Amino acid sequence: MNAPNPSTLAGVTRWTRDQIARRVAQDIPDGAVVNLGIGLPTAVANHLGADKEVVLHSENGVIGMGPAPASGDEDYDLINAGKQPVTLLPGGCFFHHADSFAMMRGGHLDICVLGAFQVSAAGDLANWHTGAPDAIPAVGGAMDLAIGAKKTLVMMDYLTKGGEAKLVPACTYPLTGLACVSRLYSDLAVIDLAGGHATVVDLAPGLSLDTLQSLTPGITLQAA
Amino acid sequence: MIDKTLASAAAALADVRDGATVMIGGFGTAGLPHELIDALIDTGARDLVVVNNNAGNGDTGLARLLALKRVRKMICSFPRQADSHHFDALYRAGQIELELVPQGNLAERIRAAGAGIGGFFTPTGYGTTLAKGKETRLIDGRGFVLESPIHGDFALIRAEKGDRWGNLTYRMTARNFGPVMAMAAKVTVATVHEVVELGALDPESVVTPGLFVQRLVRVDRVATTAGGFKQAA
Repeated sequence: MNAPNPSTLAGVTRWTRDQIARRVAQDIPDGAVVNLGIGLPTAVANHLGADKEVVLHSENGVIGMGPAPASGDEDYDLINAGKQPVTLLPGGCFFHHADSFAMMRGGHLDICVLGAFQVSAAGDLANWHTGAPDAIPAVGGAMDLAIGAKKTLVMMDYLTKGGEAKLVPACTYPLTGLACVSRLYSDLAVIDLAGGHATVVDLAPGLSLDTLQSLTPGITLQAA
Repeated sequence: MIDKTLASAAAALADVRDGATVMIGGFGTAGLPHELIDALIDTGARDLVVVNNNAGNGDTGLARLLALKRVRKMICSFPRQADSHHFDALYRAGQIELELVPQGNLAERIRAAGAGIGGFFTPTGYGTTLAKGKETRLIDGRGFVLESPIHGDFALIRAEKGDRWGNLTYRMTARNFGPVMAMAAKVTVATVHEVVELGALDPESVVTPGLFVQRLVRVDRVATTAGGFKQAA
């Protein structure tokens, strides 16, 4: 977590990336079909636990993904959406791109977990483009995932490096999808987004709802 | 007798003309038909429209085709990569056109062309800048965007095994765009690592039926190496 510690956060123990990933994993039920986005969400796979059978999908055309192969066993015909070598579990299979995205758009994917630049109280997501004039725009599967999965979860730092909340009244970065995020997991709080309301489900140790509210202008945070 | 096998990649691409729309399979380096891209470069064809998920890596293959300024327009979902410097430079200099398409819409637009679909409404991209200027419709209360098919003059794909009718199997995630691109082009050229006797492929395991494939070239198997990028968002 790179965000500076505003003085208001003195005494607050922020959740680490690993702790956030574990928290997301706790909310993934046995039997779910899940797509973990590139970046922060990838770590969720480390916390799913042997007691649950969760089927991991990757949009380049594989379902039933296993962990990274041992060093030396990499096969670059078997990769995930981040181009990293993976393995295939028994029961896993391959399919072409149109089928892979039909799994999202057709409502067959239970959960996707994505990173975010900004999320609005209405659940709008911005995670593909900063809109900077010299930036090369690249969207990949983000838009399909965001609106295609039955449930879209977001993992992010709550604040930008400049200390501004990334949960905003309205996204200023180009949108990925409208009203698609149902729950937000961050280093400071877990927040449900439904019907335009932001409900704080969990607060980092030492953080009060009032303090979180003071960091989140323009949105009324509700207690669970 | 039907025999779609040709002796070389050069022979398979001899009739690519300037201005052609060329679909190139592959996601990262999985399924990328290196030999066909090199042969495409050797044809000298210019002013190409290239359809690929990405916009080249490093200095070889598609990146080299771009660096040689032979591509007028890229249609892709994820051009920005750690090693996409040739595309980046052309784009920033205004020397290449980019049609950025969400990955699933890209696959479905290609599939639609192959399936004879004139257009389709998709929820992907609704309310975003990538839907700007496109017809939208509310269907059962949900927003959809009208997307059009993408047809190719050529599709260059890498498969695993094939027979003289053009039936194809693939290997793991190297399948990616191969099957839909094969459907969507006037001329589909596939490389395979093995050409087997007719009837030797298990009919249940054929992924691309031969009628979608016009030309087949056998190439040596070279282990796919690391390539591509770590996606940002």
